[in-house]
Amino acid sequence: MTTGNRPLSPHLQVYKLPLAGKMSITHRMTGIIMSLGLVFFTYWIVAAAYGPEAFATAQALMTSWFGMIIVFGWTACLFYHLVNGIRHLRWDTVRGLEKEDLVASGRVTIGLAVILTVTFWIFAAL
Amino acid sequence: MAEFSLPANSVVKEGKTFKAPAGAKNVKKFKIYRYDPDSGENPRLDTFEIDLDDCGPMILDALIKIKNEIDTTLTFRRSCREGICGSCAMNIDGTNTLACLKPIADVKGDCAIYPLPHMPVIKDLVPDLNMPYAQLRSVEPWMQADTPAPANQERLQSIEEREKLDGLWECILCFSCQTSCPSYWWNGDRYLGPAVLLQAYRWIADSRDEATGKRLDDLNDPFKVYRCHTIMNCTNTCPKGLNPGKAIAEIKKLQFERQ
Repeated sequence: MTTGNRPLSPHLQVYKLPLAGKMSITHRMTGIIMSLGLVFFTYWIVAAAYGPEAFATAQALMTSWFGMIIVFGWTACLFYHLVNGIRHLRWDTVRGLEKEDLVASGRVTIGLAVILTVTFWIFAAL
Repeated sequence: MAEFSLPANSVVKEGKTFKAPAGAKNVKKFKIYRYDPDSGENPRLDTFEIDLDDCGPMILDALIKIKNEIDTTLTFRRSCREGICGSCAMNIDGTNTLACLKPIADVKGDCAIYPLPHMPVIKDLVPDLNMPYAQLRSVEPWMQADTPAPANQERLQSIEEREKLDGLWECILCFSCQTSCPSYWWNGDRYLGPAVLLQAYRWIADSRDEATGKRLDDLNDPFKVYRCHTIMNCTNTCPKGLNPGKAIAEIKKLQFERQ
């Protein structure tokens, strides 16, 4: 926006985002993190195709504490993005857009994302 | 690309403090955005200590008290003081609302008051709203029909048809929702914004209007409507309890259905 000589009033600096707003920006961030994580994932797959030594190195990196944190974060982002994506699809049918629904579906989304992530890692640990 | 920080001339500096009168027991601090176009200085945040025992209940009462008794240069728009004119929309305690409808008691701790976000500031709490007004004009918010009205009679609607306009006609164009929307902050020059789209839908939904197809054609644009990413700040902030986010979803659905 062009403001001429006038100052621009504060926006992000002062606005208190409600839950729906916070979850919206989180949806974007998880999307970006997942894209970056794909680089990591691609490296793992390519290493498997490259040969046993390369795969062993990749596997060691993936299962190191650092690698585990990254992979855990990536799955958490995946499940949040997945569940919130379904929430968005429902909104596209003009359902669940009342103020109270936004809070309720937001809480369900966060809860489901946590449950799915934890369940995934319980199965992964078995 | 969105500019997340404020330009150099817009960074808010520390301002003056006006102490409460001696003996005041129920003191609340109001931190108010000030900008004086004649000074050439950056905006500043002034602190006014107000004795709530000697002040009306609403934020607007505090602003009027400051203007009357402490600093007459404090500039803000107000008129009806009952939530129907939409003049006193501003950012109070981090949320856009009408100063006349917002009780002081609703704000915990110090009360920060800024102009509507991401707008050019004319003075203090008065933003330049020319752009949203121009955008409103662009959606032609009046009834359009080629069919002449029945002789000696208005154009009738069924109860159901009329009900479709509830939650739309009540908008007072305060632009609280418009300026709460991050998409409007980053793309306000091309995205019409929630208040204008609610008005656009108000005429699309009107059974008497015959320009629905043309209206939808005009809105079928990657930016005008589709910068809405369902962030829903608009619906959460509307001081009249309306739902611009839902109206935009209705427009998107109509666009999809007629493809």
